[in-house]
Amino acid sequence: MARRRSEASGKAPLTLEVNGETVELAVTPQKTLLEILREDLGLTGTKHGCELGECGTCTVTLDGVPILSCLMLGLACEGKSVRTVEGMAHGAELHPLQRAFADLGAAQCGYCTPGIMLAAEALIAGNPSPTRDQIKDALSGNLCRCTGYIKIYEAVELAAAWMRGEEARPREESLYGER
Amino acid sequence: MLRLPPFTYLQPTTLKQALRMKSDAGPDGMYVAGGTDLYPNMKRRHQEPKVVVALGRVRGLRSIRADGPTGRRARDRSNRPTAQPPNRLVLGAMTTLTELAAHPHVNARYPVVARAAELISTPLLRNMGTLGGNLCLDTRCNYYNQSYEWRKAIHFCMKKDGDVCWVAPSSPRCWAVNSSDLAPVMVALDAQLVLAGPKGERVVPAGRFYNNDGINYLTKQLDEMLTEVRLPDPDGWDATYHKLRRRGAFDFPVLGVAVWVRWDGARVADARIVLGAVASLPQEVPEAARAIVGTDLSIEAVEASALAAFKPSKPMDNTDFGLSWRKEMTRQFVKRALLELRERRPS
Amino acid sequence: MANAKGGPAERRTSDRDAFARRVVGRPHRKVDAVAKVLGSTRFADDLALPRMLYTRLLRSPHPHARIVRIDTSRAAALAGVKAVLTGQDLPVAFGILPVSQDEHALAVDKVRYVGDPVAAVAATSEDIATAAVDLIDVEYELLTPITSLDDALRIHEPRIHDYAKHGNLQKVTDLEFGNVETGFAEADHIREDVFFYEGSTHLPMEQHAALAEWSPDGKLTVWASTQTPHYLHQRALARVLSVPASRIRVIACPNGGGFGGKSDPMNHEVVVAKLAMVTGRPVKITLTREEVFYCHRGRHPVLMWVKTGVKQDGAITAMHFKSLLDGGGYGSYGVASMYYTGALQTVTYQVPRYKFQGARAFTNKAPCGPKRGHGTPQPRFALEVQLDKIAEDLKLDPAEMRLRHIVPPQTLTANFLRVGSVGLGACIRKVVDGSGWTTKFRQLPHGRGVGLACSSYICGAGVPIYWNDMPQSGVQLKLDRGGGVTVFCGSTDIGQGSDDVLATIAAEMLGVDLPDVHVVTADTSLTPVDLGSYSSRVTLMTGNALVQAAERAREIVATYAAAKLEVPPHRLVFAGRRVFDGGNSERGVTFVEAVQLAEAAHGTVVTVGSYRTPTAAGRYRGAGVGPSPAYSYSTAVAEVDVDPDTGIVRVERIWIAHDVGQCINPVSVMGQVEGSVYMGLGEAVMEEMPYRDNRNLMHKIPSMLEYKSPTTLEMCDVVTYLVEDPDPNGPFGAKEVGQGPLLPVPPAVANAVYDAVGVRIDEVPITPEKVLRALKDKTKGGVPRFGPTRFPEVPWPEPIRVPPPWEGGDGSALGDAGRQRATAGEQPRTRRSDARQPAAAGRASPVSDREDST
Repeated sequence: MARRRSEASGKAPLTLEVNGETVELAVTPQKTLLEILREDLGLTGTKHGCELGECGTCTVTLDGVPILSCLMLGLACEGKSVRTVEGMAHGAELHPLQRAFADLGAAQCGYCTPGIMLAAEALIAGNPSPTRDQIKDALSGNLCRCTGYIKIYEAVELAAAWMRGEEARPREESLYGER
Repeated sequence: MLRLPPFTYLQPTTLKQALRMKSDAGPDGMYVAGGTDLYPNMKRRHQEPKVVVALGRVRGLRSIRADGPTGRRARDRSNRPTAQPPNRLVLGAMTTLTELAAHPHVNARYPVVARAAELISTPLLRNMGTLGGNLCLDTRCNYYNQSYEWRKAIHFCMKKDGDVCWVAPSSPRCWAVNSSDLAPVMVALDAQLVLAGPKGERVVPAGRFYNNDGINYLTKQLDEMLTEVRLPDPDGWDATYHKLRRRGAFDFPVLGVAVWVRWDGARVADARIVLGAVASLPQEVPEAARAIVGTDLSIEAVEASALAAFKPSKPMDNTDFGLSWRKEMTRQFVKRALLELRERRPS
Repeated sequence: MANAKGGPAERRTSDRDAFARRVVGRPHRKVDAVAKVLGSTRFADDLALPRMLYTRLLRSPHPHARIVRIDTSRAAALAGVKAVLTGQDLPVAFGILPVSQDEHALAVDKVRYVGDPVAAVAATSEDIATAAVDLIDVEYELLTPITSLDDALRIHEPRIHDYAKHGNLQKVTDLEFGNVETGFAEADHIREDVFFYEGSTHLPMEQHAALAEWSPDGKLTVWASTQTPHYLHQRALARVLSVPASRIRVIACPNGGGFGGKSDPMNHEVVVAKLAMVTGRPVKITLTREEVFYCHRGRHPVLMWVKTGVKQDGAITAMHFKSLLDGGGYGSYGVASMYYTGALQTVTYQVPRYKFQGARAFTNKAPCGPKRGHGTPQPRFALEVQLDKIAEDLKLDPAEMRLRHIVPPQTLTANFLRVGSVGLGACIRKVVDGSGWTTKFRQLPHGRGVGLACSSYICGAGVPIYWNDMPQSGVQLKLDRGGGVTVFCGSTDIGQGSDDVLATIAAEMLGVDLPDVHVVTADTSLTPVDLGSYSSRVTLMTGNALVQAAERAREIVATYAAAKLEVPPHRLVFAGRRVFDGGNSERGVTFVEAVQLAEAAHGTVVTVGSYRTPTAAGRYRGAGVGPSPAYSYSTAVAEVDVDPDTGIVRVERIWIAHDVGQCINPVSVMGQVEGSVYMGLGEAVMEEMPYRDNRNLMHKIPSMLEYKSPTTLEMCDVVTYLVEDPDPNGPFGAKEVGQGPLLPVPPAVANAVYDAVGVRIDEVPITPEKVLRALKDKTKGGVPRFGPTRFPEVPWPEPIRVPPPWEGGDGSALGDAGRQRATAGEQPRTRRSDARQPAAAGRASPVSDREDST
């Protein structure tokens, strides 16, 4: 089995875990994880903006590490665990990041949102209280054209507070502006 | 959606396997490390390997370890191996840029390496991209890093499918630019690169790993693989790297300045100044280094060195920003790098 | 003269305000936010249908060429290819404006920019389609490319389009509102300055996509990432495909960002529809990022000359403004863009006499069109930087000088724009106070500086693109017997929150909770028309249409609830999912019960509402651009750090105040302001559309990597102030916010750079190269400035003279000059200068002789 998978030009079998579920499929070597998620698995929550690693839109996490699915071959993910936006909610309950992004309008068109939330989730996993500058650094590979990032920072901060178990609320100035 | 062309994908697990597979594939084969350089190039059809040999599963390439006796000695003396970093580090080529930037020993002993790694592209790309990949980064050019259709519209260029270098149409050679951030640092540090080949291993200084030719930009043989980077003993010297680009993320350097100085007390005993992104190789500027050797990095020496680096710096029309400004910035950035080292001058 | 209000006007009270608003004006989750954070919003490329084919376009590799021959046989023979189209298959011209029906879905005889679509392939996979496109052989006869504004003025043949007014000038205009020479004679000080504003593109994160399905019963459905499903439906698909509009359904998917870039009917949308008809299978296309750069329709590069006369106190006595737009290869919205560069100079500070001369050139580059702020950021940059210079000349504080001369509310301007509420004074005061302006301006250390600029923007174009007497927005409202409320409206959510505006107003007016409201939008078969998400029109127009529909629904429901409750209907209040007596809240019924009472007695409770803009006051040729039901106002202060050794500008913080009239959802308003600042910042310091005029006029950097969009690390801090000065024409007093706050950012940054290092950068983007050049010139004793120095000779037409209101004008032009005439003496080279339309366009549509707007 392993030997067969070490060489592929036609379709090769691939087993990976996507959002906690094992999936088995057969893919050609040139198929990227992005294409597999969107086209083979119907997980269209993962978006794409350039397919060249220049925008961050297609971010997913691979074994907990945020990566660009447009530059990741499916076959290189054999046996690994992939997390997409579809895996973020806990049952019918939104993930704290999803709640915060929704409440603060951090998703305007919503197209960069899945990738940014996954990058933010990985940040918070390693650093439960990120500073504004750490958030900027962690999200510097994800372009957004709608928000100017401000609401995104605020949402990440709010969600991080929630995830620390704090009863945080959005700042008044975030919602209404300065008085 | 931009897609990859078909290819045969090989995933060896040992170095020996990898070398054999690459050798079997001949000129149609390429290694892939993180894929952040090769796959975009393949999607734009300006690199077209038929066989891709992935190094992700090759054992032993993704490591940061102490170099032989030096490292052991450090540990023996301190008796606290985790708290006391080993002296000389050996960096596996498949170490990701994120790992390199975050590694405590790298940060403690070779902060310039961690800093340069941290300045590459974006956190997402650094999670995928590797040290080896960055050192072997394909040279870049605004006429080359374009889609097939774009390049076809200008009848291609000599680096791929054409015969003219549009950067310098009368030139016999390609002027694509070395855009690696780690390469100038490794040249400045005089790091030793370990190449594995069918005939065994050889070690080359980083300064001899590059050619000033946009097409044949590496001196590495086709079937050789960069496996590790041996850093010098970290004592007695200081170094820094300054990067110029439009944005703080994503962008390749339009100028990189790596400066290494060996101190003799408060005087510079030896120095290397290397410019990135102004030529097809990391360009060492010996005259700029000479201007500070023997000095205590006085302001006058710094100015003289910056001017000496400015003169031979010849940015071409192959990347972001205008040429004259980029050239002008050579002076500024060399100056800034030297002033930073001056701040840390031993007393 | 000082008419600025001290602060937000008192909120008007009306019957709607009898009880505190529960939804409008309160921050809440947008109605579509949960789907977006779940990743379940279906964007156009997320759609797939069984048997779907994939399309790729062959695009021109030449900027200007005649198509001699196309051979598609090799492509058609490739296994998996189901159809190949060329321009001959789609011969009917289209275009967003009636005056420029100059596009074809696939080039028929000529290509006009690198990237112009020439042929299309539908195949069973994207890979096959891509391979097939490469097998299409096209023989071109190369034509001289028109590379620049100078080329367009100098080279009359070859013409890019035959219908252009003068050689390669598509359109020229000359409008005069009062005698500016008289005004200049009265001035104490006169300045003349030349400015250039570089082109930039929208760069929505979502690449354009479209999917078409043809049914053998003669019906066509198209899903697309478009901001204007109505225009795609009526003006492109129905025309070009010769399918009755009644059998075409266009569904605009939520757009993954638009910013104006998805406002034109696009070639690829027509192509997939035709391919679906030819193959009988669903056909999809998703553009690559590079192709999105070729679609463009972005910010016009504009060269501008401004002459302004002022009194000692800064009062403007006259202004003469000239603009020259580089339009690229097609018309797009360009004629409107050109008029917009001259329209809104009069709505911020009083301008008693005003002259505008504008021209749009065709060049062989990707077509320009409407980008956020459409045609107004460029003149705003020029005007606000010039005012900064004037204030310095007069030794006045630039904020104070502006405050003194603000247009009063309820003004009819020199060019007959009817201004309603004006919150500009409050905006200026907010950012001046907040930024510490008086302690910073001209007082910060060398290298640091602050700059201020103001602006105004329309809340919807007052005149529809296609002149007609029908409403610009319609809403249908259905009250379900289960208590649910469904709003049907043609508006398109491009991320700006237009769906939420509808839900919010419906919930507010009917007293239900937001989750009780369902919003169905952007479907030409299911929803009443809305013209589209452009010109910042949606909140005001759909909001007003919905207010009307909701009032009608309340009237029906109240009638029967009142009978049951035995109170007069006008006393009933809709709140808390109940309908009750305002004088005695105990006396009431649930909303569900009230709807059921109404449905039982009245029948199904469905109402409609619609909105038309007030009649514009101007009646001269060109008066169609600029009128709006209301005008928003903004002021920004930028604080910058300029490195004198490198010229690198870092914008540290922007304080921005925006007069939005009334927030519908404040958190969405905040997001629009912050996003506008972001886009303005990108234009101010780094974004541009460069072409290689030495290499085939290629777009130099059609990629996300090399087109520099600011990352988190470039984005400045933003301090936002929302000013609410309700406008009588807005729903609940609401005005726009999606575009206006972009406008003051570039000039505020330019003025701050001057404050920091004493050099004027009279063009954007303000790159380090330009700053360093100007600093070097300054050191050498030269002019401490970077920017254009001359405005070329343009064959202006005979001016249209319109006396301003205070000279007794009624909005009409004097004499017969309103009908634009040829300036034959000036332009003997020009063959004809009447408004000839391309034959196809003339046949398909009775093109109005009115100027058009967006």
